[in-house]
Amino acid sequence: MPLDNKAFDAIRIFFTGVGGQGTLLATRLVGEAALQQGIPVCLSEIHGMAQRGGVVESSVVVGNRASPTIADGEADILMAFEPLEAARALPKCRKETVLITSTVPIVPFTVAVGQSTYPDLAQLYALLEGSVARLIKVEAAVLASRAGSEKAANIVMTGVLAALNQLPISRQNWQEALRRTIPERFLALNKKAFELGWQFGLQV
Amino acid sequence: MHELLMPKDDRKQLLLGNEAIVRGALEGNVRFVAAYPGTPSSEIIDRFYQVAAEAEVYVEYSVNEKVSMETACAAAVSGVRSLCSMKHVGLNVAADAFMTLAYVGVKAGMVIVVADDPSLHSSQNEQDNRYYAKMAGVPMLEPATPEEAKAMTLAALDLSEKYQIPVILRTTTRVNHCRAPVTLGSLPDESPKAKFTKDPFNLVVVPMVGRKLHLALLEKLQKLQKEAEESPLNHSTGDGRWGVITSGVSYLYVLDAVRELGLTDRVKILRVGFSYPHPRKTIANFLQGLEKVLVVEELEPFLEEIVKVVAQEEGLAVKIAGKGGGLIPRAFELDSAKVKQAMKTFWGIAYEAPRLFSVPELPQRPPNLCPGCPHRATYYSVKKVFGEEAVYPTDIGCYTLGLLPPLGMADFLICMGSSVATAGGFSKVLDQPVVAFIGDSTFFHGGLPGLVNAVSHDHRILLVILDNGTTAMTGHQPHPGVELTAEGKKAPKVSLEGIVRGCGAERVVTVNPLQTQKTQEALEQIRNQMKDPGVSVLISKSPCPLFERRMTHKKQKVVFKVDASCDLCKKCLTELGCPAFVWEQTPTRECIQINAALCSGCSVCAQMCKSIQPEKIST
Repeated sequence: MPLDNKAFDAIRIFFTGVGGQGTLLATRLVGEAALQQGIPVCLSEIHGMAQRGGVVESSVVVGNRASPTIADGEADILMAFEPLEAARALPKCRKETVLITSTVPIVPFTVAVGQSTYPDLAQLYALLEGSVARLIKVEAAVLASRAGSEKAANIVMTGVLAALNQLPISRQNWQEALRRTIPERFLALNKKAFELGWQFGLQV
Repeated sequence: MHELLMPKDDRKQLLLGNEAIVRGALEGNVRFVAAYPGTPSSEIIDRFYQVAAEAEVYVEYSVNEKVSMETACAAAVSGVRSLCSMKHVGLNVAADAFMTLAYVGVKAGMVIVVADDPSLHSSQNEQDNRYYAKMAGVPMLEPATPEEAKAMTLAALDLSEKYQIPVILRTTTRVNHCRAPVTLGSLPDESPKAKFTKDPFNLVVVPMVGRKLHLALLEKLQKLQKEAEESPLNHSTGDGRWGVITSGVSYLYVLDAVRELGLTDRVKILRVGFSYPHPRKTIANFLQGLEKVLVVEELEPFLEEIVKVVAQEEGLAVKIAGKGGGLIPRAFELDSAKVKQAMKTFWGIAYEAPRLFSVPELPQRPPNLCPGCPHRATYYSVKKVFGEEAVYPTDIGCYTLGLLPPLGMADFLICMGSSVATAGGFSKVLDQPVVAFIGDSTFFHGGLPGLVNAVSHDHRILLVILDNGTTAMTGHQPHPGVELTAEGKKAPKVSLEGIVRGCGAERVVTVNPLQTQKTQEALEQIRNQMKDPGVSVLISKSPCPLFERRMTHKKQKVVFKVDASCDLCKKCLTELGCPAFVWEQTPTRECIQINAALCSGCSVCAQMCKSIQPEKIST
């Protein structure tokens, strides 16, 4: 993949998911890859109470920007690990945003006990599609299972992001970032998950 | 080798702001660290705990912030560099020590990391702790990035040692939890020799000593002001008739706003990194020749006030705005969009904010007590026995989530430890049962004096201590009553029941809340005893399942299933609210199920419903 660092200014990626999905690990993987590539990067994470089954949000800012957080309307890419959370994070987007979402709903507790209903997925996707420049739906859980564990859906999603050619990061540096971020015993599985995401990303 | 102990390297490491502070302290030869965990500061003490043995640093999880500051200052007074860290409200707890430590000072460098939480990501308020530096007369540095956090930790240690006064490193959530490249410097190898020199007429603060020390502090502050004015941590860039004065993470928002508005050549920026004592001359010099200055800072107008004072003293007609004029909001975090909007209004420049998408109402996803959490079982039983009529003061921890439906078991909360003492107050004025909830770690932190008080005044309360054997919410840190450790189960250093009895409480019962019937029987008995005045204590003891699994690697043996006899009474949903339950309704059928992947096998639901049965997990 040719890298044209001169033309690259900055990219802001907003991550959203549910506690336990590995949102922070995916965030860190992107950060590590940018560091390996030698481009400026900063990440913002929120730890604490939200992790008890709540929404987890984080961000990666790559390139010539100083602040680690992303204001409303300023995300270039939205990485949603759950479709309902993609919709909830829509105010972070603007019409040029590329939105990558996993298609597997995680039913919130409020829905599970009948206090509210999960939105109709077709309507939800129509809302997203009508808002942003590009909507990429990833069957992340299916691809992750193929790699060996559904839990690697976060890495599949990161593979899709990597293949989109939005970030000036070489394949080699993504691989190095995987090595640095994932514990040895899970590395092979996650490399496969990343590869499946990458292949999917090349085709969309 | 722990990543924070890697040798000096030209390549940068991706570190969390909190990790960068740890690395800075290690490079600065800090050998004594004490803290009580609190978001967003917790990773500081957690990482120190991980590297303690290898780095030869004494590290302790103190029982609360006041104790941590007192412990750490003794080391610094004895010539050993020390650090204590806390979340912003922790400094309220430590304030008594802090205010007079400023007088007494230290011999070796001492850094007090104070992590503010604008936007209240995980806090009860968003107080601006910069005023503590001013109130105590303690110097303060404010980093914006992890790299700066490391550098300023080192600078704070040197400053502290040079002027023999503790130094505040004031961060905010976005600094603590920002991860960015950090350069690793070299780690020192010489061990400090501790030595305490007796000097009671400077170290024992009786009034005659305090008077002398206060004057000495004021003198120190004059020198420190000069130091701030000469410090490279306060620097200005850019050029033009418009100015921005900013500090902390707001500096980053300003940089991005100026760049994106194309104002780089038209705006002068003063970044204040050494923010107390105020660098008055630096501010005065910066203001010369400027027409309009915007002060950009989160929360209170701490900088703005001094900028206005300096402008008045210098007789400058420059227009200064920020919180004044309502341009920069006084509540919650800033971001580059809010700063752009303020610049647009103040300087009258063209900027069109992106049109924001509106989102239809979506189902909420609030944080929830985990499946199998013993707190849920305790709340369930207490509600069964004491009902809606009782008043339930609560406290700070995972169990505060009992606030949410369907449990709804929280009526009053202000701070760590407040459950016990507020319960006592309620019991004196209300003619209702009062039942207070407090976690084990919070009880050790701030509940003990409240219990002693309640016992000595015969407050008619039930104190429920939710003893899950760890400090769960901040990441399973140990506390004095811990029994489960990585090395196995041990007798606690401080027995919870022993200390409760030691406080004079006589009606003390310990139950396992996962046994709901026994728990409810004990509660019935307590309710009858409460006809007489005095304190009753229920220790509801069952380990946090996440913590227990991590410590013991115990495998789960059963999951629970709803069988065909379910009559859809929905009590499991409306009374228990375990997140493993799933209710489904289609046009043809309605059913309740348990998600086997989430069920922790605690059996509480099966004790309330005959249609819920265990099923062995096949291995």
